[in-house]
Amino acid sequence: MTKTKDIRLMKGNEAFAEGIIRAGCDGYFGYPITPQSEVLEYLSAQKTKERTGMVVLQAESEIASIHMVYGGAACGKRVVTSSSSPGISLMQEGFSYLAGTELPCLLMNVVRGGPGLGTIQPSQSDYFQTVKGGGHGDYKMIVLAPASVQEMYDFTKLGFDLAFKYRIQVMILSDGAIGQMMEKVELDKQLPRLTDEEIIKKYPWATTGKTADRERNIITSLDLNPAKQEIMNRKLQAKFKRVEENEVRFENIHCDDAEYIFVAYGSSARVCEKAVQLGRAKGIKVGLLRLITLFPFPYEEVARLSKQVEGILTIEMSAGQMVEDVRLGANGAVRVEHYGRLGGIIPAPEEVLNVLEETFIKTKTYA
Amino acid sequence: MLDTVPITKEEICKPENLVYGRTPLMTDATLSYCPGCGHGTIHRLIMEVIEEMNLQADTIGVAPVGCSVLAYDFLNIDMQQAAHGRAPAVATGIKRLMPHKFVFTYQGDGDLAAIGTGETIHACNRGENITIFFVNNGIYGMTGGQMAPTTLPNMKTATSPFGRDIETMGNPLKITELIAMLPGTYYVTRQSVHTAANVRKAKKAIQKAIEYQKLNKGLSFVEIVSNCNSGWKMTPVESNKWMEEKMFPFYPLGDIKIPK
Ligand SMILES: Cc1ncc(C[n+]2csc(CCOP(=O)(O)OP(=O)(O)O)c2C)c(N)n1
Repeated sequence: MTKTKDIRLMKGNEAFAEGIIRAGCDGYFGYPITPQSEVLEYLSAQKTKERTGMVVLQAESEIASIHMVYGGAACGKRVVTSSSSPGISLMQEGFSYLAGTELPCLLMNVVRGGPGLGTIQPSQSDYFQTVKGGGHGDYKMIVLAPASVQEMYDFTKLGFDLAFKYRIQVMILSDGAIGQMMEKVELDKQLPRLTDEEIIKKYPWATTGKTADRERNIITSLDLNPAKQEIMNRKLQAKFKRVEENEVRFENIHCDDAEYIFVAYGSSARVCEKAVQLGRAKGIKVGLLRLITLFPFPYEEVARLSKQVEGILTIEMSAGQMVEDVRLGANGAVRVEHYGRLGGIIPAPEEVLNVLEETFIKTKTYA
Repeated sequence: MLDTVPITKEEICKPENLVYGRTPLMTDATLSYCPGCGHGTIHRLIMEVIEEMNLQADTIGVAPVGCSVLAYDFLNIDMQQAAHGRAPAVATGIKRLMPHKFVFTYQGDGDLAAIGTGETIHACNRGENITIFFVNNGIYGMTGGQMAPTTLPNMKTATSPFGRDIETMGNPLKITELIAMLPGTYYVTRQSVHTAANVRKAKKAIQKAIEYQKLNKGLSFVEIVSNCNSGWKMTPVESNKWMEEKMFPFYPLGDIKIPK
């Protein structure tokens, strides 16, 4: 019996929207912003209420969106919001509250260039904001970096799974190119949404109404007693450590015999993959470490490769953010340089290969 | 001196003599509010109504930032603590995903009418089927008595030490009248809890607001003009008198919008 696959041509943003529906999402709250408006548009056109019972609501702002997410997540529901850089900046207080209350939810940022209103063109300059915090307090969120429309789809289910496994926020850090481009996507079967009874069983912490058989459930990040607040923070840190130990994801492309490697994620990783092909055709032993999780960051893999290669070039459409983590991983074992384009420009494969050659090969000195 | 045997405490405290008890929907925790503050009474009224309507298992409350941020310590129901001003958005998220639950927010004036104005107006305008309890004490109580959007003209606060100058500091905001104009609100009323008679009226209003949520007709909004004797720098008795003399003329009590 041949199984026919459900394959469609979709934009990254649409694939994300279809992905959350099929992964059993209960509610999406969002506010329009280019280049991710297709998410809310697609969901609105899908009549999700009839399709799966999923709630879709256009909020009055990104601030409202993230706090609607908070309310839903605290009830044990699978909730999502997405935006692009300026809107994500507005949500930071909400992210911090979600972290402090350990609420699971799925977030997505189709990054555009900044600072300020910046540009609607793709960028990767929100790495620091996403990976290093953004909101106040000591917290982390799991960050997944899709490099294809298929991954925009796949990471929705993965994102929900991780979010509920750890009671943590999961951010899909995309960019204007991945969000807007069209590629074929293989879709999975619709997963059922959980019933209220299932939620009560699976997530006993959720605010579902206090029944006689349990104490009241309170979702709060407040504790005015410093000793208790420290214990709470230590508990959070222990969780982030568990995530670091178990959830690192990356892809090695031609790294086995590489003398030089690119480190990149998202759109830049696609550029680098092409540059690796071009380099190999020229006889340069070059590989690519493609990051899939940005938190947790694959420090160990960077450390391992640092001992093998003669140079690392990070490619990121930023002034050099992710490179700081690569340098931490390399810990001085090898020279690590950054190359990036700003303001919404995607570098070309020839361009980044040329930078690699200029930086590490042509300047090579033999002692 | 009367020639009778005094009645002992044990003789009085008998079940058959009980005429009024504390609702089990209030926890045993000692209220952390200043003596004389209205929050305790308002908490109790809401919990009594929820108990009487048998809604404990169906209620989810939202307490944002302000003096009542710790309301969940006292209310024996499931609760969420929301960021400053965002309770109506949080409640929207809850109610949209759990439409059969009774969802309420409990907000101060700074929370509801300054930092959270957007969320308040839009939740009201969308006609979310939630209930908002709005405690208007004309001041930022929790942070030490700064000027609120509802602070009266010439009223002295920590950030208007010479009185609120409406030329430079703007006018007090009658947010309740404003939201009553929105088609999404179903029942809008202004109450107080500073006398026994007002407590009874306020309780009736709370009952109605909760009943109306069941009808799915839109948002019910109960403002309670209350005192902040600490922030106002008055004794509790003085503050209640001041409330009657100054607050009520500007914020008149009574129903503002009733179902047709
Ligand atoms: C984003 C943010 N800004 C400011 C504060 C500080 N803050 C805490 S409570 C409060 C005022 C609350 O006043 P109100 O809502 O009137 O409630 P009350 O304390 O009078 O009951 C402020 C400004 C905060 N917690 N979060």
